[in-house]
Amino acid sequence: MTTQPILEIKDLVAGVEGREILKGISLTVNPGEVHAVMGPNGSGKSTLAAILAGREGYDIRSGTATFHGKDLLDLDPEVRAREGLFLAFQYPIEIPGVNSTYFLRAAVNEVRKHKGLPEFDAVDFLAVVKEKIKLLELDEALLKRPVNAGFSGGEKKRNEIFQMAMLEPSLAILDETDSGLDIDALRIVAEGINRLKSPTNAQLVITHYQRLLNYVVPDFVHVLMGGRIVRSGGRELALELEEKGYDWLAKLEAVAA
Amino acid sequence: MKPTDLYIQHFERFEREAAGQHPGWVFPTRKAGLARFAELGFPTLKDEDWRFTNISAITQLPFRPVLEPVATSLSPGDLSKFAFASLDAQRLVFVDGHFNAPLSSPLEESNGARVTTLSMALARHGSALERNLARYAPGENNAFAALNTAYFTDGAFIQLDDQSRLPRPVHLLFVSTGQTAGDASHPRNLILLGANSQATILEQFVSLGSAPCLTNSVTEMVMGDGAHLEHLKLQDQAAASFHVATLQVQLSRSSDLISHSFAFGGRIARQHIGTTLGGQGIECVLNGLYVADGEQLIDHHMVVDHAQPHCNSHEYYNGLLAGHSRGVFHGRIIVRKYAQKTDAKQTNKNLLLSDDATADTKPQLEIYADDVKCTHGATIGQLNPDSIFYLRARGISKEMAKRMLIHGFAGEIIDRIRSAPVRAELDELVWQRLESHQPARLGS
Repeated sequence: MTTQPILEIKDLVAGVEGREILKGISLTVNPGEVHAVMGPNGSGKSTLAAILAGREGYDIRSGTATFHGKDLLDLDPEVRAREGLFLAFQYPIEIPGVNSTYFLRAAVNEVRKHKGLPEFDAVDFLAVVKEKIKLLELDEALLKRPVNAGFSGGEKKRNEIFQMAMLEPSLAILDETDSGLDIDALRIVAEGINRLKSPTNAQLVITHYQRLLNYVVPDFVHVLMGGRIVRSGGRELALELEEKGYDWLAKLEAVAA
Repeated sequence: MKPTDLYIQHFERFEREAAGQHPGWVFPTRKAGLARFAELGFPTLKDEDWRFTNISAITQLPFRPVLEPVATSLSPGDLSKFAFASLDAQRLVFVDGHFNAPLSSPLEESNGARVTTLSMALARHGSALERNLARYAPGENNAFAALNTAYFTDGAFIQLDDQSRLPRPVHLLFVSTGQTAGDASHPRNLILLGANSQATILEQFVSLGSAPCLTNSVTEMVMGDGAHLEHLKLQDQAAASFHVATLQVQLSRSSDLISHSFAFGGRIARQHIGTTLGGQGIECVLNGLYVADGEQLIDHHMVVDHAQPHCNSHEYYNGLLAGHSRGVFHGRIIVRKYAQKTDAKQTNKNLLLSDDATADTKPQLEIYADDVKCTHGATIGQLNPDSIFYLRARGISKEMAKRMLIHGFAGEIIDRIRSAPVRAELDELVWQRLESHQPARLGS
């Protein structure tokens, strides 16, 4: 019996305001796999992440995406999250007035409710928080503040991974999580991601640079250029790109066309 | 016949009837107020400061000033439904502008502090009052304050000597019985805080009935050097009533004021807040939330006058506007020529929860000094779609996300209340008030 893929995208064509951005993406992510999606700016990386998470404003022209066999594109963003899809935002937003702990407990409980698990009361919740927050070397005091309020760039990214630890998704989409991080923050974030990896979940790491992939080692690397996956390979592909640059690949593709 | 005529005609009778109740110097003050009121007349839409605020509904009310205490059978139980009913505080209750002793805490005159009514203070502490009463908000450019100067009935007199501290918050509860259209009350408070004194003072305005009545209140405050005051006003009157209020605070060197305004009620509610920063090293925070629905209009007019150098002022006002309501915010900051190193900030954010709600916001900065920091920001908009998406992407439903953001918007203001029990009470009140609005009104 083959295990069902966590995510299966087939010939996805999508755009915004009349402009086509994704021009036929196909990608399959199985449990236990780390997939990297790399590409130059404007290639469609963030659009892919946004569409998978369910952000409004994009139109899906054709193609499909299934999540644990269900039609993903038909689901509201909150249902996708409850089904086990997590997006670590490239630019996590600050939400003044909404207390972090209150927000996170509401989110965790929505996911648990959906899975048929008992909801956490305040005491149990804080116990779980204490345990997991250490993983990301975040100060508990930050959680007394409004969501992301006054967090440094590194703290915001670590907070995304901390939320991931609390929500235990089956698919984590990491949208340029390494951008803006110094070496130490990068190490902490990467260790967090690695600690959360399991044979039953998967990660889709979207990145421009190969830096993060030294720590979060991909099983598959896909290169997205001009809205298409122009090449897929193993982790050596990422190293080759690092060495030769995206132009090298662009020229190869142009020659082949 | 002009709307002001009845007030002018009635004054002679008022003067005759009240003769002897107050010291001799009070009546010239009242008369001056009346004269100024007659000169100014009620404001119209042609007055710059009132161009967004049509008060014809107020001026068209029948003339019924409540100049005598109303015989009332109110019991403490009748007040228990209002916020702060069980707050550990020294409570003074005024019904239609008249002191109600049975509903109030015993008046205290302990070492260093006097918490009593203006009427009693006028009978006993003439000189401090003569120097201060109606000196700061006589209504020079404010017809309603001038009218109050003429017709004020009663209110609180709070005086703290140097170095003294109020052991508990003082809670001033102004109840409008709201039985008959046109009933008007004119409460007036005078608060004098000595050097390095400390106090927490709450002013709360509520209605029992729902008839369109007018409350026209004036609160004057003087803060001595180094005085610390947390002041909170909660206006939660009936939806058909009218509320016009003036707060004028004179601050001295190194004093620290945080004054909150929570405005939820009234068909027309207008609050003037004037602060004069008359010494160096002053910290002044004006923090407010207004929540309006239906046909309500809630209007805040602020003046922060940096008259001396090295002072910091910060205004944070958020408005939640649903239905066909209107929020008005006019924030004037004056930085005088020698007020160098002023740091003044003003932020007014308005969240429109329906297509028909409107907000008018007007910052007005008059800066005459050259070494100052002065920033202002105003926004009028809807819930941030990026914030809604972030919450939904974490499993929170769209409806819940909107509610969280709306509560959060109010929460930003409530979080600035320093007194923990007061903050907890307001948190609960605002939470319930927002939850009780139907979902359709909360911007679905």
